[in-house]
Amino acid sequence: MATAQTRTLSRIMMAPAVIVLLIWMIVPLVMTLWFSFQNYSLINPMMTGFAGWANYIYVIGDPSFTQSLVNTLISVGGVLAITVIGGTLLALLLDQPIWGRGILRISVISPFFVMPPVAALIWKNGFMHPGYGMLGHLWKAFGLQPVDWFNQYPLFSVIVIVARQWLPFATLILLTALQSLSEEQREAAEMDGANALNRFYYIILPHMARAITIVILIQTIFLLGIFAEIRVTTGGGPGYASTNITFPVFRTGILSNDIGAGSAGGVVAVIIANVVAFFLMRAVGKNLDA
Amino acid sequence: MGSISLSHVNKSFGDVRVIPDISLDINDGEFVVFVGPSGCGKSTLLRLIAGLEDTTSGTILLDGQDMTKAPPARRGSAMVFQSYALYPHMTVRDNIAFPLKMAKASKEVIDQKVEYAARTLNLSSYLDRRPCALSGGQRQRVAIGRAIVREPKAFLFDEPLSNLDAALRVNMRLEITELHQQLKTTMIYVTHDQVEAMTMADRIVVLNAGNVEQFGSPLDLYKKPANRFVAGFIGSPKMNFVDGPEAAKHNAHAIGVRPEHFKLSRENVAGTWKGKVGVAEQLGSDTFLHVHVEGLGLMTIRTDGDQTFNHGDDVYLTPDAARIYKFDTAGKAI
Repeated sequence: MATAQTRTLSRIMMAPAVIVLLIWMIVPLVMTLWFSFQNYSLINPMMTGFAGWANYIYVIGDPSFTQSLVNTLISVGGVLAITVIGGTLLALLLDQPIWGRGILRISVISPFFVMPPVAALIWKNGFMHPGYGMLGHLWKAFGLQPVDWFNQYPLFSVIVIVARQWLPFATLILLTALQSLSEEQREAAEMDGANALNRFYYIILPHMARAITIVILIQTIFLLGIFAEIRVTTGGGPGYASTNITFPVFRTGILSNDIGAGSAGGVVAVIIANVVAFFLMRAVGKNLDA
Repeated sequence: MGSISLSHVNKSFGDVRVIPDISLDINDGEFVVFVGPSGCGKSTLLRLIAGLEDTTSGTILLDGQDMTKAPPARRGSAMVFQSYALYPHMTVRDNIAFPLKMAKASKEVIDQKVEYAARTLNLSSYLDRRPCALSGGQRQRVAIGRAIVREPKAFLFDEPLSNLDAALRVNMRLEITELHQQLKTTMIYVTHDQVEAMTMADRIVVLNAGNVEQFGSPLDLYKKPANRFVAGFIGSPKMNFVDGPEAAKHNAHAIGVRPEHFKLSRENVAGTWKGKVGVAEQLGSDTFLHVHVEGLGLMTIRTDGDQTFNHGDDVYLTPDAARIYKFDTAGKAI
């Protein structure tokens, strides 16, 4: 982009993509904002007009709101912890020339190709069902009372399911980062007297810092909006035990047909996501600078 | 101290025997250069000594102690890698201090040794920089600094200058030689550049296909090459080889004459080879002539830089009779 001519040209060439992207983003956002301040219920179409903050007060004032906020943070944090730590360990393992590495790699990565509701159903019926799930059988084999995962540990179960979904992503990114570490650096550290643990802490981990940051940032964006896994397993329950911030939107907007309140819930979710993203960038964003 | 002794060391990667059988004795304080064409096993040999590769058979003694199976850190040698292998996320200070930190040295000892190394290597003003903010030569010095602070019994250099530009390479060559004079520590230096080998070494190991072709002082190798390979490898430009009837006159399978051991004239003198000048490379101090000799092929001749030759000039070459190297059919020097 050296000359004014190429700069103008590049702007013209990029314009269609930028315009489409803006429309895609701005129009739904503005509509959602607009609806969130309107009385707009499909049950009662006669009631229209400006609602003020009523929709927001309704959403935030809901007894489940605080818990759904806490649940969101716990589930995002839990999944991040499992995928980052597990992904790092798996990446270290897959980096070794071990027997059956090819098969192991495929089995680690394959869940990424399964869509979330399907994965959740497999977990629900295949593994975690106390009656005919594999875990239930395992517990019974040891003479123990099978655990009713979705009733006893609903949020934990959801975290496990989502973490297994995202583990391949973390592993893949971290494995490529690991493989880009020069062999000579490891050998230099070995010559310098660093044992395996020290090599990991002082050489490998700093090298992977940027990849870990990327994993955390990308996953957070998606994890704040987990819905399918919860919907098909616990449905947000029991009570509000596994409800997160996407649920008020679903409950008010879809179940109660209250578009106004649903939009308000959506706006609140967007604001919370931005707050989380802001703190996250402050915490780990410095790793992105070279 | 730092004597190194290899006996019947053998290294295979799978079915490939990189080093069939090498025995070497390196004295304490010696500067030994491993030189050879790429793929001759010189780096592998260095890595065996460092402990970064396991020997397939044979023993490695450091200071008379069997270190064949010892991990690298316990062998007490420090290595400088071709790519420097600095830790990019650490400052120069932390890089140099890393081996001391791993050895759990106290803060004062670390500071003192890092300061000393930095002063020795002119790095004092760069201590708080990251490696990415340093030039190639400075990075190289940091890598050496990281090796020095460990006070190793031996320094191992794996082609350390090959990433530097020509002028810097000459500089660093001097600095490393200077360092050796100061520290008097055993150094093993791997290179494929025979000029580096000749200028730096106390003794040179010439390797070819995993075998030691000759082990001796630079001038020994130059004056008394053990075989045709060493004769052709040491010396720049390369030695000229002639075989066939011309060699038979000297009762040899092949004879070799170095480019600097010719008398060159424009007049026909008795008993000389006649040729036409092809390319004349004029360096100022010297001129390298590529002469097409009738029946013998292309020969490189070194002459002083004052004479000018043109493409196609007729010249007559007289090899210095006392400095003709003779080789038998197996390539051994006679």
